[in-house]
Amino acid sequence: MRDRVVFVFAAALLAACGSSAGNASTSATPLSGTVSVFAAASLTAAFNALDADFQGANSSVTVKFNFAGTPTLVTQIEQGAPADVFASADTANMDKLKGDGFAAGTPQVFTRNKLEIVVAPGNPKGITGLADLAKPGVIYITEAPTVPAGKYALQALKMAGVTVTPKSLETDVKSVVSKIELGEADAGIVYTTDVTAAGSKVLGVPIPDANNVIATYPIVAVKATTNAAAANAFIAYVLSAAGQAKLQSFGFLSAS
Amino acid sequence: MRREGVPIIVVLPAAIGAAFFIVPLVGLIVRSPWGDAVTALSAPETLEALKLSLIASLSATAVALVLGVPLAWVYARVAFPGRDLRRALTTLPMVLPPVVGGIALLLAFGRRGLLGAWLASTFGITFPFTTVGVVMAETFVAMPFLILTVEAGLRSMDRRYEEAARALGASRWRVFIRVTLPLIGPSLFAGAVLCWARALGEFGATITFAGNFPGVTQTMPLAVYLLLGSNQEASFILSLVLLLISLVVLVGLRDRWLGFGST
Repeated sequence: MRDRVVFVFAAALLAACGSSAGNASTSATPLSGTVSVFAAASLTAAFNALDADFQGANSSVTVKFNFAGTPTLVTQIEQGAPADVFASADTANMDKLKGDGFAAGTPQVFTRNKLEIVVAPGNPKGITGLADLAKPGVIYITEAPTVPAGKYALQALKMAGVTVTPKSLETDVKSVVSKIELGEADAGIVYTTDVTAAGSKVLGVPIPDANNVIATYPIVAVKATTNAAAANAFIAYVLSAAGQAKLQSFGFLSAS
Repeated sequence: MRREGVPIIVVLPAAIGAAFFIVPLVGLIVRSPWGDAVTALSAPETLEALKLSLIASLSATAVALVLGVPLAWVYARVAFPGRDLRRALTTLPMVLPPVVGGIALLLAFGRRGLLGAWLASTFGITFPFTTVGVVMAETFVAMPFLILTVEAGLRSMDRRYEEAARALGASRWRVFIRVTLPLIGPSLFAGAVLCWARALGEFGATITFAGNFPGVTQTMPLAVYLLLGSNQEASFILSLVLLLISLVVLVGLRDRWLGFGST
């Protein structure tokens, strides 16, 4: 038993060392219970993988994920859904949550993401850049402008001076990718990480940095959390060197 | 006659059960920003969604009547092998998660679907991201309500009127139009209204199969869901409108057609 306490303590300490802000739980009490993490849909694959490692270090903590479009998550938390951690795909929605008094402490940026054009394997429509999205015969879909990815996509198109009317405004990045996979649409704008996660089922066409938008992902503990120690430990793990390496293996950019 | 009291063991769960349905509706009514109702309802995007919802749900009901009444007649009158299985499959969308219905529609009528690929390559017709796609999704989910109601009407009607009309020399078509249809009128009406109300509230199959674009595929339920993230007040008001329509439909049907009101 004593060995185990020491092990958990060491793991928490290790996690805290990796954290730049160092707000991790360094208490000697072993972490336990459940942490509900409400995370942006684009984090699905990376967080699921990261969780396996986190559980390895904190075997008595159960992490439960709720992945959805960021604005949906904010609504759920503000309506009293039992969330302990909120990982947002933009600062605007995080600012809203904090402004409405639902965040505990200061949100910390834990990763960044770039946009990419997603097309079918083999790029049958020959899309080479944003301008090609407006070509006749190309079915372009994107996310609703209330979803961070949709807002960024609009910004990128504006910077590139491209005007294009999408056929659909999907509720999150995952639905855009799945409609490309199913062949219903020819092109969409999603995060680089979504293209990576879909593997060989889709192809990514890079957007030059000059027209690209870097999405910033902040994370925070939710004020109403009933398990602050475990919530902070999860956040610390995401910010730790191991957590960052895991995120980057899924195509995410470093936090700064 | 001695009136027996209702046992507490029944009253308590019954009261909890009733509250479970009523409290969320009260919540919606109480939390809605009534002051902004007019602004929210007259916003162009709201009107667009409302108009599209009405057009699509009425079209879905029309399609359901044209295809569903003959199907209900076949199920009620024609004995053929595997009829019960066939009927179960037809009414499956009533219990199927609508998103699954939407995926099934994509795999059948999508650009690479079983029929969709052929329609796209031969005629250049595609359904996803079109208003026709919305009507298809709504029909898929709502038509079973019409089929079941009309079939029940056909089974419970007195067939001797039809036989008498036939004996008097009326053609089968004339008997159907002049005798059968008037006799099942109440079921037909109730089925059509239930079908329309279900089509109006359709969300999962629509967003999966037809996508979401204002004026083309964004119906009221889709607008409610998306506004929740950007304009909660408008979202609440739109929810209220849908609630009101459903309430009017059910109260209106209660006494006259569905027989719930009879004692």
